[in-house]
Amino acid sequence: MKSTELPPYARAMGMELAGTDDGSPVIAIDFSPRAMGRPGFFHGGAIGGVLEMAAFAALSAELERQGVAVRIKPINISTEYLRAGLPERLYARGEVVRAGRRVANVRIEAWQSDRTRPVASCWMNFLLSPKKP
Amino acid sequence: MNDPQSPPESPLDRFINAAGFNPRDWTAHMNANGHSGFIGMQYRDHGDIWIELGFDWREDLVGDPDTGVLASGPIISLLDNATSMSVWTRVGRFSPQVTLDLRIDYTRAATPGKSIVARAECYQVRRSMAFVRGIAHDGDITDPVAHAAGIFMLVDGQEWVK
Repeated sequence: MKSTELPPYARAMGMELAGTDDGSPVIAIDFSPRAMGRPGFFHGGAIGGVLEMAAFAALSAELERQGVAVRIKPINISTEYLRAGLPERLYARGEVVRAGRRVANVRIEAWQSDRTRPVASCWMNFLLSPKKP
Repeated sequence: MNDPQSPPESPLDRFINAAGFNPRDWTAHMNANGHSGFIGMQYRDHGDIWIELGFDWREDLVGDPDTGVLASGPIISLLDNATSMSVWTRVGRFSPQVTLDLRIDYTRAATPGKSIVARAECYQVRRSMAFVRGIAHDGDITDPVAHAAGIFMLVDGQEWVK
């Protein structure tokens, strides 16, 4: 995945790239029935999906900057849900803490109208492997 | 008959007031719409403290268009729902709760075209927290695609729905 391309799942959910912040793409999603869990709020899984997409995008952008062409596979994700996801636009941005030879570690945050009040905080680890020819 | 003065019954009302918790009924009514409906979650089976939900592979749920491998987002959603419902299955009634944290290990990529099944259980409930774990697989539970551990926080009903 290129940092500027979103996969079918992300597009179907209505995610989009909403610019970059300090080199990391910001993923945005408007609230919609497709994203709703308990009535009137974002589904935790939908928020998780946005966090993951922000992680992929941040890591892809970092690897592009380094000029490294590798396959990236998610190893694991751990999400803390901090506040209810209100029925309004939601943003997420990842920060690559380390991109080594085999593993990359990314921290991600999601927020809504007030960036200082995050909705969810998350880390993800990725396995990096040589691209198949 | 509905009293014309009272607000229309929401799908949730029948579960708030129900004597027990019926996971099949919940899936049919509460997972038919919204995000769970989009993913296409279906009830499969349940026991005393566990429940199984699943969804079918679909092109618009794909995360890697080159291989057709599912995005992990729908798998998070399925495990979130299944673990959440395992709490109500264990305590025998619906009770408002929110996800405090959820960790998922992706043990391998899901096979393109195959349905995903999540089997989740609530292994402990305390006054304010419920502890859950779950496995997602695509046909063989001994060869899972993901493993989950999470905690739900039990909350007051007033803040749960809008």
